[in-house]
Amino acid sequence: MSVPVQASEAADYAIEVEDLAIRYHGKPALSDVTLQAPRHEIFGIIGPANSGKTSFLRAINRMDLMTAGMEVSGSVRVEGRDVRGWRNPYALRRRIGVVFPLPVGLPLSIYDNVALSSLLRGTRKKAELDVIVERCLRRAALWDEVKDRLDSLGSLLSGGQQQRLTIARALSQDPSILLLDEFSIAVDPVTTMRIEEVLSELKSEMTIVLVTNLVQQARRLASQTAFFLTGELVEVTETEAMFEGGAKDPRTTAYVEGKFG
Amino acid sequence: MPELAQAADRRDAAWWIDRMVQILVLAGGLSAIVFIAGIFVFITREGAGFVFDRFDFREFFGSPRWTPTSSHNPTYGALALIAGTASVTGLAMVVSVPFSLGAAIYIGEFATGRVRETLKVLVELLAAIPSVVWGFIGLSIMNPLIIRVFDVPVGLNVLNAGVILGLMAAPIMTTIAEDALKAVPDTYREAAEAMGATRWQVTFRVVLPAARNGLVAATLLGVGRGFGETMAVLMASGHSINLPTSPFDSVRALTATIAAELGETAAGSDHYGALFALGIFLFLVTFAINFAADVFVRGGQRKHRRRGRRPAASANP
Repeated sequence: MSVPVQASEAADYAIEVEDLAIRYHGKPALSDVTLQAPRHEIFGIIGPANSGKTSFLRAINRMDLMTAGMEVSGSVRVEGRDVRGWRNPYALRRRIGVVFPLPVGLPLSIYDNVALSSLLRGTRKKAELDVIVERCLRRAALWDEVKDRLDSLGSLLSGGQQQRLTIARALSQDPSILLLDEFSIAVDPVTTMRIEEVLSELKSEMTIVLVTNLVQQARRLASQTAFFLTGELVEVTETEAMFEGGAKDPRTTAYVEGKFG
Repeated sequence: MPELAQAADRRDAAWWIDRMVQILVLAGGLSAIVFIAGIFVFITREGAGFVFDRFDFREFFGSPRWTPTSSHNPTYGALALIAGTASVTGLAMVVSVPFSLGAAIYIGEFATGRVRETLKVLVELLAAIPSVVWGFIGLSIMNPLIIRVFDVPVGLNVLNAGVILGLMAAPIMTTIAEDALKAVPDTYREAAEAMGATRWQVTFRVVLPAARNGLVAATLLGVGRGFGETMAVLMASGHSINLPTSPFDSVRALTATIAAELGETAAGSDHYGALFALGIFLFLVTFAINFAADVFVRGGQRKHRRRGRRPAASANP
């Protein structure tokens, strides 16, 4: 998958990765990844555990800055700019929403969880914040369940609710890119379906990278899907083709058919 | 799109504040190091004259004769003082380790609700008792008690000072040990309980091993505390130079010697320098103990962490 990126095409991709390699304390976790994620689409990443999926996400929003021993080489461009060229990496992160596998309801009120990123950016007007909080909670399919108790602690919600709160918080950043790392691990199937619907709507506004261990979830949502295996990018293919026997690599076919992993 | 990203990449107020705070906390951290180094430099400088001119390694560590005020032949053997401190601290640990571990396990694992909260407050209250009060207890309660119970002529001895010091160190050790137990995730307890393990089996098989490093650190900090304690030991140990052969011998501690004699010496004299040499020795031992405790605490944290420690890295590329 080393397609050279032409300058004219660059704008059509939200994320362009070239020769990306990631090591932790010198041990390779991911190597030789080259791919492009088109704007306003859901880009799926599947693969068994330890295949480097999470490391890939961590390189996009520059988590290597705060992870001891994590080294990134190659280039990761977000909206046409190399992420390591940012003078203010915090500003980069504000444009990228991240949802981790396990829900993280911050020990703040539900309201403050969602209002936090706006507060950090200096929005102080209650009316504005109210609008943001309600909009984001509604989009994360949580509003109806919590609208009467916005003052209670976000960390006390149930697992599935906390994950939706996490998503609402990521949306409140108004990101241009949303990275989801196995978001459904701690969420029940019904809630998962509701969130999936939300994601389908969201792609009109942002590019979504969906790392998932549920191959069917990638099939339902992603337009293109990358298959990672033990630190290697096996292939990137149109999702439908990948699941209809059109995968380029027999390992991919075996994985999506559930023969291993 | 690149233009948009370009516009977003500004060093805004938040970035500058972050920078300034980083510098500020760095200064705060460095100042702690500077103070410690300053103290070390000071006591080393004051003791240097003695250490280089008069210091006799074999005498200092090998002779129990501490006679700095002798007019014709002053000797500076610290062995008896070291033995005094070591024996008192050792006995104190024998007293305090079982008490504090027991208390920590009870408070952390067995007690619930009101009892637990009350005990925690009481233990913290005990930790706040001034050392001179402990010394007073040693002098006026333990002393006659030891004389009566063991039928010995003097009740101010290793036993007295060790028990007093042990009781003194126990509350702090309890608090730190309980913190170590509290740091063990509840999921461990639940997983073990779900297998039908009893409360004690959970504690002994799962919680204690998980908290081991923290518990060792608590003990070492207690040792450090005992080593450096002055007033209570001065009052309860009898303050007489002796190589102790039984718990009923009076001894003199390093710290107590410095406290009692420093005011009587001429600055710059051999005696003055010798006391600072004791200080350097104390400093090094205490430093070593605290360092060891720190290493153990770090070891404990690493075990429960999934990813590498966050370095105090600047977000600046």
